[in-house]
Amino acid sequence: MSFFRHVGAVAWKDLRVELRSREIVYTMAFFAALLVVVFSFAFVQDPKLSASATPGVVWCAVAFAGTIGLGRAFDREREGDTMRALLLTPASRLAVFLGKAASITLLIVSVELIVAPMVAVLFNVPLFDHPLPLLILLVLGALGFSLVGTAFAAMLLRVRSRDVLLPVVLYPILVPMFIAGTKGTGALLGAAPDLTAAWYWVQFLGIFDAAFLVVSMWTFESLVIE
Amino acid sequence: MKKVLYPLVAAASASLLVWTIVEIFYGTPLQYTAEAPTQSLFFNQKIFYWHVPHAMLLFALVFICGIASAGYLKNRKGSWDDVALAGGELAVVYGAIVLGTGMIWGRAAWGVWWQWDMRLTTSLLLWMVMLGYVLVRRFGGAGSERLAAGLAVFGMIDVPLIYFSVKIWNTVHPKAEVVQTLDPAMKPAFWLSFLAIAMLLGLITLLRVVVASGERSVRELRERAIDGGLLDE
Repeated sequence: MSFFRHVGAVAWKDLRVELRSREIVYTMAFFAALLVVVFSFAFVQDPKLSASATPGVVWCAVAFAGTIGLGRAFDREREGDTMRALLLTPASRLAVFLGKAASITLLIVSVELIVAPMVAVLFNVPLFDHPLPLLILLVLGALGFSLVGTAFAAMLLRVRSRDVLLPVVLYPILVPMFIAGTKGTGALLGAAPDLTAAWYWVQFLGIFDAAFLVVSMWTFESLVIE
Repeated sequence: MKKVLYPLVAAASASLLVWTIVEIFYGTPLQYTAEAPTQSLFFNQKIFYWHVPHAMLLFALVFICGIASAGYLKNRKGSWDDVALAGGELAVVYGAIVLGTGMIWGRAAWGVWWQWDMRLTTSLLLWMVMLGYVLVRRFGGAGSERLAAGLAVFGMIDVPLIYFSVKIWNTVHPKAEVVQTLDPAMKPAFWLSFLAIAMLLGLITLLRVVVASGERSVRELRERAIDGGLLDE
């Protein structure tokens, strides 16, 4: 039972630091909003094009903003030299990992909650006709992103060129997640929304998250360099 | 032992490759009827004997790299890491060959250089994971072996996920069962080609492992010398 208390403590620590400064969530959200605006210059010409570009825009914004958030979340530990302190606490490394991943998931979800309505308005698409599958897709996507991302960002903590290497190692691994996310979101749009396909992709994301939860829990212990 | 073995294997695979090429052009029927009954393929189909063995070996290399990396993470023996490095680097080379020959085939058979087909996409994404692996090894600096090993393990788990995520899309690629349902007249040439390419790959992998372990011992010796005060930084 104490394991979950440790997870909660690490996650709450991160969120409390964030709630005091709101640095990561503001920069992430603003960056994602900027991306959506830039994309809308390229894609909002005729309604057909903008409808088919919508899922890609949502998930691109999530991916880029998430990468920024990940980098910052771990820079904070590095600058304060607190990663070692965190690992020296009686909490197991797994608890540290899961707590970090949970707090980053929450940050990404909060950015998604800003980006998705914004895309719906700027691109003029009925993104919220089926809110439940969309919400599940976005949450599962954020979870998968932060599980893999936290593992890699923690590994890169002491590497010099980490800002360049993080997306390079992260995106190829995350491609199945982006395929599932964009295809699932796309299935909810259009004249005839395909709910069966959307639920298929929801299940796929669930499997993706479960697989990488297991792998990252197995590898995290031996990967964090301190 | 090594002095005899390496040239011997090299000579054997070289002669097998020559034999394979002769066999491909003179020993097999010209046309491939099961998938494309039209006459349009002609000689283009010959690339099959080159493309498919490389593709099979690419997946083998990815799994070698992934399993060796998992072993390295588990017991921290440098020799596991040497194997993983060799597998990762060669996977990049073989991936380039697979994608190159595949694109040539695609242009001839389907009229386009690229299709978002599941096997093409899977190979491309795998290739990108392995490129990431090599990039991390090159530019990651100290401690990058463990990071790269983690990436390789994640990449290995990613293979089925990529495959099934792309599978939903229409596929134009000849089915993977093609090797079992091959025209009997084509089988000897195919397996000969596979043997030749696999033998060559085995030799290159072995040599790369030897070089990697040599590099590692030089590095370790240097570190020991610095620690012992015999060398300056």
